[in-house]
Amino acid sequence: MDSTEPPEALLAMRGVGKSFYGVPVLSDVDVDLKPGEVHAVVGENGAGKSTLMKIASGVYQPDAGTLHVDGQPVALHNPRAAQAAGIGIIHQEFNLLPERTVAENVFLGREPMRRGLVDRRTMRARTKELLASVGAESVQPTDRVRQLGIAQQQVVEIVKALSLDARILIMDEPTAALADHEVELLYALVRRLQARGIGILYVSHRLAEVFDLSDRITVLKDGRRVTTLDTRDATPEALVRHMVGRELATYYPPKAGAGGTALVTLTGAGNARVRPLDLELRAGEVLGVGGLQGSGRSALARALFGVEPFTTGRMVLDGKPVRPRSPRQAVRNGIAYVTEDRKADGLALSQSVLDNALLASRAVRPRWFGGGARTTGVRALLDAVEVHAAGPDQEVRYLSGGNQQKVVLARWLAMAPRVLLFDEPTRGIDVGAKAAIHELIRDLAGKGAAVLMISSELPELLGMSDRIVVMRDGTLAGELPGSASEEAVLSLATGTPHEVTA
Amino acid sequence: MSTQALTRPRIDSTNGVWLALGVTLVVGGILVATDGGSLFSQNSTVSLLQRAAGLGIVAVGQTFCILAGSLDLSVAYVISLTSLIAAETMAGSDGRVLPAVLAVLAVSAAIGLVNGLLITKLRINAFIATLGVGLLIKGYLEQGYAGPAGAVPVSFQHLGYDRVGPVPVAFLLFIGVAAVAWVVINRSRYGHHLIATGGDLDVARLSGVRTDLVLIRTHVICSICAGIAGLYLASRLGAGAPRVGAEGGYDLESIAAVVLGGAVLAGGKGGVAGTVGGVLLLAVIDGIFNQLAVDPFFKQVVRGVVIVAAVAIYALRLRGRRAAR
Repeated sequence: MDSTEPPEALLAMRGVGKSFYGVPVLSDVDVDLKPGEVHAVVGENGAGKSTLMKIASGVYQPDAGTLHVDGQPVALHNPRAAQAAGIGIIHQEFNLLPERTVAENVFLGREPMRRGLVDRRTMRARTKELLASVGAESVQPTDRVRQLGIAQQQVVEIVKALSLDARILIMDEPTAALADHEVELLYALVRRLQARGIGILYVSHRLAEVFDLSDRITVLKDGRRVTTLDTRDATPEALVRHMVGRELATYYPPKAGAGGTALVTLTGAGNARVRPLDLELRAGEVLGVGGLQGSGRSALARALFGVEPFTTGRMVLDGKPVRPRSPRQAVRNGIAYVTEDRKADGLALSQSVLDNALLASRAVRPRWFGGGARTTGVRALLDAVEVHAAGPDQEVRYLSGGNQQKVVLARWLAMAPRVLLFDEPTRGIDVGAKAAIHELIRDLAGKGAAVLMISSELPELLGMSDRIVVMRDGTLAGELPGSASEEAVLSLATGTPHEVTA
Repeated sequence: MSTQALTRPRIDSTNGVWLALGVTLVVGGILVATDGGSLFSQNSTVSLLQRAAGLGIVAVGQTFCILAGSLDLSVAYVISLTSLIAAETMAGSDGRVLPAVLAVLAVSAAIGLVNGLLITKLRINAFIATLGVGLLIKGYLEQGYAGPAGAVPVSFQHLGYDRVGPVPVAFLLFIGVAAVAWVVINRSRYGHHLIATGGDLDVARLSGVRTDLVLIRTHVICSICAGIAGLYLASRLGAGAPRVGAEGGYDLESIAAVVLGGAVLAGGKGGVAGTVGGVLLLAVIDGIFNQLAVDPFFKQVVRGVVIVAAVAIYALRLRGRRAAR
């Protein structure tokens, strides 16, 4: 790493590291940003992009490394300090008040004053100037944010950052919520900002955008910087190779042979968030679902489980047409869903291990008598999945992530499901417990259940799946064999052309 | 007035209440007229406005709380307490009116400060914090007072009984308080921060708004409004009364008036103009039923239906607009 500070760098991050609960998320990352430059940061889900951006915008404090703005070392203790240093961030979810006007949002917290009252005229005039300076004359300072489209709201966010004299703008997946024609407007806006000498850190999954917009590209993988390339020297294939390409660190249980009979068949099934698709879940098989965040993977699982039911197409379960309209109906049909967000959707954190494990069976199969036998059964299951807790009466919140996940699994095992949907089953779980959960999943498939497993971790996806489908923009981008390569999955997920060699 | 409102008047939840008020006045006027009375006679108008004044001042204070996404359930007991403080400090003497008024404002501001600190510093839910403070005051009142106490001099009773034409002075006070509140909410920096805090606490904080300070100020303002209402009731009754606030139901009625005015209980949306409309609507409904000599129980039922229906209509309109987008 070069230790000499490039004098022209607006922002320089050197040797930045960050751990959460002892798990390193970023280590020794160097990124710098020059005036008028668009510097793209790419990487898989979980590569550490968001953490890096949050450090740059003062949300997180780095454990190691330094930040320099204009060559001066800075410590950003909170988002306001970052604003003061001229760093603005445009989040994926906008920080705007929908019921207030554009001008009120832009100047929130810094309203201009005149004779003790807010000078609304000045506020509007300055907002109008700022809007004009980014070429967004169609937005009026007196418009309510609620009435604006998503792209226009993004403009308001950008204008808000500019009103703080931001010279460094961080854009986190700025096109994620935009329609295609709006993306063009964003491009124009980015170029205009560039021309004003503003440096932009651009985080995106979509490689096409990265090549359209950026001057340089930094690739992160597993919390480390792999390389920084000039965009004109880079090719999509090379980039994808940098983003993946690692040894499998953990071992996975042996895969099944050929899949059994189809247990669940979807024909043209879709809803507001999943475009109509055909899919088959087979008994005894683990079907991996790959794709980027927001590609519709979770929406598919939620539709199968009746949370946001399919509105079109057919779903056949074990030869019978079904259409679960609620999780309750899905559970009664033998479907189980291990959610992505364990703490928010999976567990009642302040209840005991036992209560959590009994949740589904108590809810769906209430019975007045014989509850004792059921409790005994669930206790046995908790032992079988090796939950390490002080006892079945301990509150679930005090358990480690891996043990919490085992409690969720025990709950569903008590229902003896035939179809299991796993959404990121090992997220935030230590390596030992991960292996145990992989064993359990494989074991369930071996006993004839159909398993659908969503995973952002490519090694896990490739190591566990007998078959892989990849989703993109709410629909299936393609199907791959379990022996596919990481590059093949990532190419499908990002929509980059790729010669399938595997 | 913003230029937008002049060029493009829209009927939404904050001015819908005025429409409802107009309809109620017309329908009520006809009903009362067919019954042989008159809703717009001098007597009934005066008593209607008189009734609106007390609730109105409290509701203006409550508007601040609700805009901030908070609420204040202690107002009813603050009213009782301050009516007693006023009457006992005055003790029938003209010269002690000013100290009494100052004492009331100081005590009510202190109660608001306690509410605000409990909510922001100890992170107690506003519902529980203000209920607790209210019950504390209630306990003190029940232990110390069996009935009315103190005496208000005639000079101070002008506030309760004088009129300018058909309009009671107290109603003018209400309108004055509302006007000041309107300027504060719509034109001051604090007002902008108040609405931002209620709209989205995190957005406000990330934009540099000191949300704790905003909430504390809000509760102080709300309590002071309750104190002013206590002064008015002391003047009206000629003495302090330990149960006047709770019996008047000022806590829940003030919230109902604000919500009728189109404010969203979660905060960030609403306004003083709507609240004034809500207060007048409640007073007019009261007036109509008094004229028609309707069973008081039935009266309560109708009030309940009106409040629930109003909120349901606002919610439906909001949903319709979201769907249209």
